[in-house]
Amino acid sequence: MPQLDFGNPLMIAQIVWLLIIFGVLYFVLATYALPRVEAVLEDRRRRIEGDLEAAQAAKAEADAAMATHREATAKARAEAQAAIAAALQAAQAESAQRSEALAARLAQQIEAAEGRIVAARDSAMRSLRQVSTETTVAVLQRLTGEADQAAVGAAVDRALVARGQA
Amino acid sequence: MAAESGSIDALSQFELAPVFGPVGAAVGFTQSNAHMLLAAGLITALLMFGMAARAVVPGRLQSLAESSYEFVHGIVDSQVGHGGKRFFPFVFTLFMFVLFGNMLGLFPYAFTYTSHLAVTFGLALIVFVVITAVALALHGRKFFGYFFPEGAPLWLAPIIVPVEVVSYLSRPVSLSVRLFANMVAGHVLLKVFATFVVMLGALGAVGPLVATLPLAVNVLLIGFEILVAFLQAYVFAILTSIYLHDAVHLH
Repeated sequence: MPQLDFGNPLMIAQIVWLLIIFGVLYFVLATYALPRVEAVLEDRRRRIEGDLEAAQAAKAEADAAMATHREATAKARAEAQAAIAAALQAAQAESAQRSEALAARLAQQIEAAEGRIVAARDSAMRSLRQVSTETTVAVLQRLTGEADQAAVGAAVDRALVARGQA
Repeated sequence: MAAESGSIDALSQFELAPVFGPVGAAVGFTQSNAHMLLAAGLITALLMFGMAARAVVPGRLQSLAESSYEFVHGIVDSQVGHGGKRFFPFVFTLFMFVLFGNMLGLFPYAFTYTSHLAVTFGLALIVFVVITAVALALHGRKFFGYFFPEGAPLWLAPIIVPVEVVSYLSRPVSLSVRLFANMVAGHVLLKVFATFVVMLGALGAVGPLVATLPLAVNVLLIGFEILVAFLQAYVFAILTSIYLHDAVHLH
């Protein structure tokens, strides 16, 4: 196996060259190549982060706008409802007032009508006394030829009181 | 060459030969070192040209460079944990160097430098020196407490300490032999079956027909070797990260 022929002078030369090449490669990668890759990756990471942040800010802004809009809508709705309630109340008050006035007028008319009815009845009752007295006097004169006007009046009065019509 | 001589010669592919004429021969620069140089150049080129655009939305090459970066970064981050950032370039260099060595070796006529025990042991020794130096620098004398866990009964020390020392010292051995053996076995198998193809192909009329069998095996083996090439680089990197974790946190 040539790999185990450690007496070969090329073997030691191979290792020396290996150390040189590996050392140079390490130096080049560590100082130039890898920092470059890292810079690019870092740059990309930062950029993505920045974009994400911007997106988040935009979302927050949109959320705020949405909230204001919602608030305004709610306020407008509340105002409209208050206006409706006020109008309804005013209308109800007006109608109540009107019906009250109407009721008062009707009550007045009823009262007046009742007064007239009472007056008519009183006058009717008064003429009833006069008619019954005259009729009684006339009947008594025909039957007996005489009549005591005062006694008849008193009797009629009593009868009317008895019937509760006086 | 192997088939022409009528015998299977699976090992000559691992022989070192100087390249770049007399100058190369004078400084002992072999084809193995040429492949290391090629791998180092390709790794550097991948990162430098791949990241040249510095695009926010990466192209193909940049994606490859970035995913290799993030892959190794993930290993270091999860294994070493806190304080692992400064070892990332080291683990990345190791991973890419081993991965490219394994992958380049799968090309025809290419040389696999990770199939040389001296190379893998050299890399493992670098890891060993780094983890020991880091542990000593961070913990000073307390590092030696690593070989005797706290709370163990004192009379067990004569058993525990040698076991721990041997297991610590065997790390570079297991690290290097694992990679070396995997690569050698794969390449020997590929070579043996490739020689079968040539030998059977020369067997007259039915030869080419029968030769398709080892060829099919080789096709499968190449796929398997690509997996092994990646897996061994991954194992090398993750074991290095685990050792670094021990060095930084001491258990």
